Amino acid sequence: MTAQANATDVSISRITQRFEDLKAEGRSALVTFVTAGDPDPETSQAILDGLPAAGADIIELGMPFTDPMADGPAIQKGAQRALKAGQNQRKTLEMVRRFRAHDQDTPIVLMGYYNPIYRYGVEAFLNDAAEAGIDGLIVVDLPPEHDGELCLPAAEKGLNFIRLATPTTDDARLPKVLENTSGFLYYVSVAGVTGAGSASSEAVEKAVERLKLHSTLPVAVGFGIKTPEHAAMVARSADAVVVGSALVNTIEQAESPQAAIEGVHSLTHALAQGVRTARQAG
Amino acid sequence: MTALSALPDPQGFFGDFGGQFVAETLMPLILELQGCYEAAKDDPAFREELAYFQRDYVGRPSPLYFAERLTEHFGGAKIYFKREELNHTGAHKINNCIGQILLAKRMGKNRIIAETGAGMHGVATATVAARFGMKCVVYMGATDIDRQQANVFRMRLLGAEVIPVESGMGTLKDAMNEALRDWVTNVDDTFYIIGTVAGPHPYPAMVRDFQAVIGHETRDQMLEKEQRLPDSLVACIGGGSNAMGLFHPFLKDESVHMIGVEAGGHGISTGEHAASLNGGEPGVLHGNRTYLLQNVDGQIQDAHSISAGLDYPGIGPEHAYLHSTKRVEYVSITDQEAIDAFQLCCRKEGIIPALETAHALAEIAKRAPELPKDHLMVVNLSGRGDKDMTSVAEYLGDSF
Ligand SMILES: Cc1ncc(COP(=O)(O)O)c(C=O)c1O
Repeated sequence: MTAQANATDVSISRITQRFEDLKAEGRSALVTFVTAGDPDPETSQAILDGLPAAGADIIELGMPFTDPMADGPAIQKGAQRALKAGQNQRKTLEMVRRFRAHDQDTPIVLMGYYNPIYRYGVEAFLNDAAEAGIDGLIVVDLPPEHDGELCLPAAEKGLNFIRLATPTTDDARLPKVLENTSGFLYYVSVAGVTGAGSASSEAVEKAVERLKLHSTLPVAVGFGIKTPEHAAMVARSADAVVVGSALVNTIEQAESPQAAIEGVHSLTHALAQGVRTARQAG
Repeated sequence: MTALSALPDPQGFFGDFGGQFVAETLMPLILELQGCYEAAKDDPAFREELAYFQRDYVGRPSPLYFAERLTEHFGGAKIYFKREELNHTGAHKINNCIGQILLAKRMGKNRIIAETGAGMHGVATATVAARFGMKCVVYMGATDIDRQQANVFRMRLLGAEVIPVESGMGTLKDAMNEALRDWVTNVDDTFYIIGTVAGPHPYPAMVRDFQAVIGHETRDQMLEKEQRLPDSLVACIGGGSNAMGLFHPFLKDESVHMIGVEAGGHGISTGEHAASLNGGEPGVLHGNRTYLLQNVDGQIQDAHSISAGLDYPGIGPEHAYLHSTKRVEYVSITDQEAIDAFQLCCRKEGIIPALETAHALAEIAKRAPELPKDHLMVVNLSGRGDKDMTSVAEYLGDSF
């Protein structure tokens, strides 16, 4: 935590603050994923800007990559749309800067693959990301074995490095995964690519319980969560529910940019209702 | 400098290159594979079984053949062919597939997946899967399916399911993405047989070790025929497995010059090529850090080559390392040069080489005439060209 205090002049990170506030409210967080620049820069900015009002508590912003090896068709296509419309790392950081001009509180986590960051230059990227108001990073192809590449340098700049734990991460490996993780832990509830399949509520509950034995970090659960009902079910045990492919699909199906913006925001609103009422209903 | 035989380090690095850049879901599987491979490598029973299949099933050792007519034609270096195209299934690919399927069996896996470009690795994988009674799924780019129809049919005859991959340009890179997606989804029963010295550790080292039989045999055969080591070794490079298999056993022999031949496509300056070392930059893709064709934003660019087996925007990390230390020289050959060498080899030696291999032959066409007659040059004849009839006919404006 000291690194964060030095870098950002606040005592705790936006992510930690958000989880503490929601804990006080007695509810789980809704984490929404959209790809930066999908379907085009202007529409994507409008989608991002409206997410907090629609009910997103934390925003995951995808950095598009040509070869998203851990993503299913929905997020692959979203990345392709964004790249085709000219999205790049600099524009993604610029989007966040614009967002921060009117929202100082909603945490933003960049999610993607290592190569675009590596090519930008790790040091330069971390400086620019921190300056733009980014709170954390999820980099799918950087397991703890490679913490020296980005995770540790990010922590020094006060950025949370959020790690994925999966059904294949057993108790012996879990401490290694947790070691340098901060902000929250992202549990991938099914072995597979984004958007495919989904785990049963018992399986999710058991997994969250297991993770909580090893860590005090909030646990977010994602992969395959598509509807408000499903989100509500997961929100009963998880500290956060992550929805991505369903939102990205909304963009694909929209007939106009305006429809894409409205579609994402109305689905976010419905998901937020699910998450917010989960524990009362449960 | 670290002893070459000691590389990669325990994390899979050859200098700056290599590593295990994969999603967490795959990490435990890769660590398990690494452990199993380490154990198998030193197990006499495993080595014996591997040797048995290499001899009686693959048909090893492959001959080291003096290419007398080509040697005369060039009027310089004495040219030898290491005849990997005579292996069962027609390329070096099966050396690796036999090794990996024995490992899969040892690990109790019964579903095999693979990516393929030219289809040679797909055919070799389908072959060993049939031989060991395992289910086999091969991912192949839609573009490659079109240009390698015969191999697609061969794979199906062998009982494999060939899944077309439409994303990207529909070539090898996209097939590899899709195979990795399959693997994260089917973690319990599936063994991924990667076809070249790329991917996350331990694949680059493991595939190299299985292919090193090429270089070990070449050394013995050359000592027997010429009572000395070769002066130069030439091999084409897609991911780099036939080249690494030939080169690796000679890396410590400073007198042996090595030349890796990348696919220059329409020429490096056109941007339409597959020469990662000569026209790329370091980056991270498919589990390892290596040289990649990419733009300034780190987006991967599509490769181009007339040869589907070289049409990949990366290269094995050990080659990236050997490039950085300058131990191996890396050059490129255009589509046109490869086609010319392809035809020359057909006419002079009565051997129809694979288009991939023709890139190596084109390099010797450039070098051999300038070299003295006592210069011993070995070219890895990595595969035969039956699969390439349509591509060559099309390129030559012919049909059959
Ligand atoms: C005959 C032949 N040679 C070479 C290659 C290139 O692969 P590598 O560089 O791994 O040897 C291929 C790949 O399909 C091939 O079929």
